[in-house]
Amino acid sequence: MGNGHAQCRHLGQIAHFFEGVCFGLFLSMSIVTVQLGQCGNQIGFEVFDALFNDSHCPRGLCSKKENEAYQASCKERFFSEEENGVPLARAVLVDMEPKVINQTLSKAARSGRWKYGQHSCFCQKQGSGNNWAYGYSVHGPRHEESIMNLIRKEVEKCDSLSGFFIIMSMAGGTGSGLGAFVTQNLQDQYSSALKMNQIIWPYGTGEVIVQNYNSILTLSHLYRSSDALLVHENDAVHKICAKLMNIKQISFCDINQVLAHQLGSVFQPTYSGEGSFHYRRNPLGDLMENLVPHPEFKMLGVRNIPQMSENSLAYSTFTWAGLLKHLRQMLISNAKMEEGIDWQVRPPLSGLPPLGKMSVNREIHFNTSIANLVILRGKDAHSADVGAFKDPALYTSWLEPVHAFNVWKTQRAFRKYERSAALVSNSQSLVKPLDRIVGKAWNMFASRAYLHQYTKFGIEEEDFLDSFTLLEQVIASYCNL
Amino acid sequence: MTQSVVVQVGQCGNQIGCCFWDLALREHAAVNKKGIYDEAISSFFRNVDTRVVGDGGSISKGKICSLKARAVLIDMEEGVVNEILQGPLRDVFDSKQLITDISGSGNNWAVGHKVFGSLYQEKILEKLRKSAEHCDCLQCFFIIHSMGGGTGSGLGTFLLKVLEDEFPEVYRFVTSIYPSGEDDVITSPYNSILAMKELNEHADCVLPIDNQSLFDIISKIDVMVNSGKLGAAIKPKSLVTSSTGVFKKRQEKPFDAMNNIVANLLLNLTSSARFEGSLNMDLNEISMNLVPFPQLHYLVSSLTPLYTLADVNIPPRRLDQMFSDAFSKDHQLIRADPRHSLYLACALMVRGNVQISDLRRNIERLKPSLQFVSWNQEGWKTSLCSVPPVGHSHSLLALANNTCVKPTFVELKERFIRLYKKKAHLHHYLQIEGMEESCFSEAVSSLSALIQEYNQLDATKSMPVEDLPRLNVAV
Repeated sequence: MGNGHAQCRHLGQIAHFFEGVCFGLFLSMSIVTVQLGQCGNQIGFEVFDALFNDSHCPRGLCSKKENEAYQASCKERFFSEEENGVPLARAVLVDMEPKVINQTLSKAARSGRWKYGQHSCFCQKQGSGNNWAYGYSVHGPRHEESIMNLIRKEVEKCDSLSGFFIIMSMAGGTGSGLGAFVTQNLQDQYSSALKMNQIIWPYGTGEVIVQNYNSILTLSHLYRSSDALLVHENDAVHKICAKLMNIKQISFCDINQVLAHQLGSVFQPTYSGEGSFHYRRNPLGDLMENLVPHPEFKMLGVRNIPQMSENSLAYSTFTWAGLLKHLRQMLISNAKMEEGIDWQVRPPLSGLPPLGKMSVNREIHFNTSIANLVILRGKDAHSADVGAFKDPALYTSWLEPVHAFNVWKTQRAFRKYERSAALVSNSQSLVKPLDRIVGKAWNMFASRAYLHQYTKFGIEEEDFLDSFTLLEQVIASYCNL
Repeated sequence: MTQSVVVQVGQCGNQIGCCFWDLALREHAAVNKKGIYDEAISSFFRNVDTRVVGDGGSISKGKICSLKARAVLIDMEEGVVNEILQGPLRDVFDSKQLITDISGSGNNWAVGHKVFGSLYQEKILEKLRKSAEHCDCLQCFFIIHSMGGGTGSGLGTFLLKVLEDEFPEVYRFVTSIYPSGEDDVITSPYNSILAMKELNEHADCVLPIDNQSLFDIISKIDVMVNSGKLGAAIKPKSLVTSSTGVFKKRQEKPFDAMNNIVANLLLNLTSSARFEGSLNMDLNEISMNLVPFPQLHYLVSSLTPLYTLADVNIPPRRLDQMFSDAFSKDHQLIRADPRHSLYLACALMVRGNVQISDLRRNIERLKPSLQFVSWNQEGWKTSLCSVPPVGHSHSLLALANNTCVKPTFVELKERFIRLYKKKAHLHHYLQIEGMEESCFSEAVSSLSALIQEYNQLDATKSMPVEDLPRLNVAV
């Protein structure tokens, strides 16, 4: 009798063990975020805040068990546990001067809900002076060891690393130059981990006079060392704040919060497959697999629907059909938000050749995609019909729609939106903005203005020319889709 | 965070410097209520335990004990510096930071530069090194001087070369008071031209200012204050010309109001580096963005608003008006009209409750009326600092690299030539060891070359802007 009991207990223990392992297998892999410069750190804070608040949102519109699984998955991806139960963001904060990091740390600590690790920051006393060359050639090598050590410590805290999410602007000196340097290092030291760079494109009418130089140097370097470039343009987000959110006096905080909302709608957990109720494990890996089939085409954009002020939200209801119809037209007509969409633009009739190669000068143009990912969150997400996105006319001819299009779903609503949809696309929509930046940089380069500031720190005219060449190639490749 | 050292040279430089320190203390007192010595204060002040004798007294954190200015005061006459040391600011300056003489430079650049330069070189170096040692991370030297006299002009520019050699990594920002048309110093054209050559070669950035413009601004404020047109009182602290009321009980000296404007310029220039904001701008970004070619480093500045109304019933001057004023020729600190000349670059440094949308709206609004050089059509550098200046809810400092600075240089050159042709007072210079006629001709060449650069840029003004053909790549 005694032996029998012992045997049962022993089997029970083995069962528990396997259950633990199986549960572990379904836990999400982690993402380590690197926040660089003023922009990167200000945005990083809003992103973690949005992720945390959403995962603790009481109105998930799903079962308690569902909600808990969602929370656990989000937590594993972005937070680690501290002794007294306060979640620590899986993040490394880097800036070459202390003011912003100090602010960021205290904002997080003040919230009481989550915080940054005390020792997760690297800071210096003097900034990069908006000088890409200084960020890349001086700060980079000088602080390489310290920064990579901090990143390593954060990686070691992860059970399983999905990859890196690097947040930076390309107009300044630290985010752009040091960001490019760090990304290159990550490629060398963590060759099997994925890297996605979240890049903020500055307002067209200057924030920084040398922003176009800094931009082309950043983009050309990242194109070689990053796996995907997720782009947000300040001009576009600003319009969303003005037109959709109805904010009168728009601050950078407002802009960053809209951005964080968009990123949250991409990175929060979704089911791993049709009919599955387990959450996807490898967010970065899946994003790359779905959206970056070819290394020549790495630029991704995000669109989100609906986006509105919280006041208006209470009075609005949406159907999946309506949301998806708008989202598809936003994609086709290259609209960045759901207001002012041009409904005249249509995909070319299938079977017929396209209306001629895209020219950056033509106004009305159909936006061809390489790949699209639609993410649906909320009530009855499983019943939403995404067929219209599978239309081959939307895509370039060298990929079958079945490979070019993917959809992720979860019942669990995102923040206060009963139904919301996000679209991450690899398409021609960034070509015009990129072309404008390259054009302005080229005009300035021709006059040799400001070059002495770069050559002072080892970035020569050759380096500029290399960057121009690479980016012209990217533009041409996208235009020829 | 970084520190800056102010080097004030000559009578004018020291008077302005004195006003600067007065206002800096006032600003920090208003922002830092708890009396903690923080990084913002440390950018211009040391915290010293005065009970400790010698050098060991520096305190890097905690409560403020005694603030000492990061400054070096140089004058070849004793009058002004003595007055400072006997005045209410005497405790702010360390007696070891002074270099004085009694005889003065006699309004002679050569005496200031050659005679006193070599006489005091070692001492100057020693004081500068000491002030640098007190800094954790020294980023910038602010030199304040006038161009028309002897000490500020001659010794002040001698300093530049010393700074460049000794501290090559540290920025040299020079605030230079240029002589007005009715200047009573006959030799001011000589002094100015000789000083210009040094500024051309050894300064990173120059902020030219002239007394006439400052005077015009004062007059405008007086008219507003006294007219009673708007009925209400103007907040006294908010005047861009006001001092820390507490200190100045008697009638303000005539130049104080003008000097306070310059002092406010320096405070606003450094505010985004010292205080937090949503879009910071450090001092090294000024040079990076506003100096497209090394020799074109003269920046025209304007400050708005000039005052704030105290009566809340009267609506504050619209925010947008503040932006418009910054581009009007009446608000420039030098006689210049940027609107009708060519912009190479422009920086807008905003303080207070202003957000990015306000900034963008105004740039969009004003852009069409301004002309930018073809290769920098959208050449704007912007910054947002959350902390407003004392007495204001918001303020704007505009720095322009604009060809409108050319007329000042052309006029200076003409006055010089009028004097030089007659060889008037030349012997006072030539009798100084190290001075020859070639010094003058080289200085004039240097200025002519600079004027020529501006001329070439101006010539492109009305040309249509075309996009250059781009690189052709094979796909």
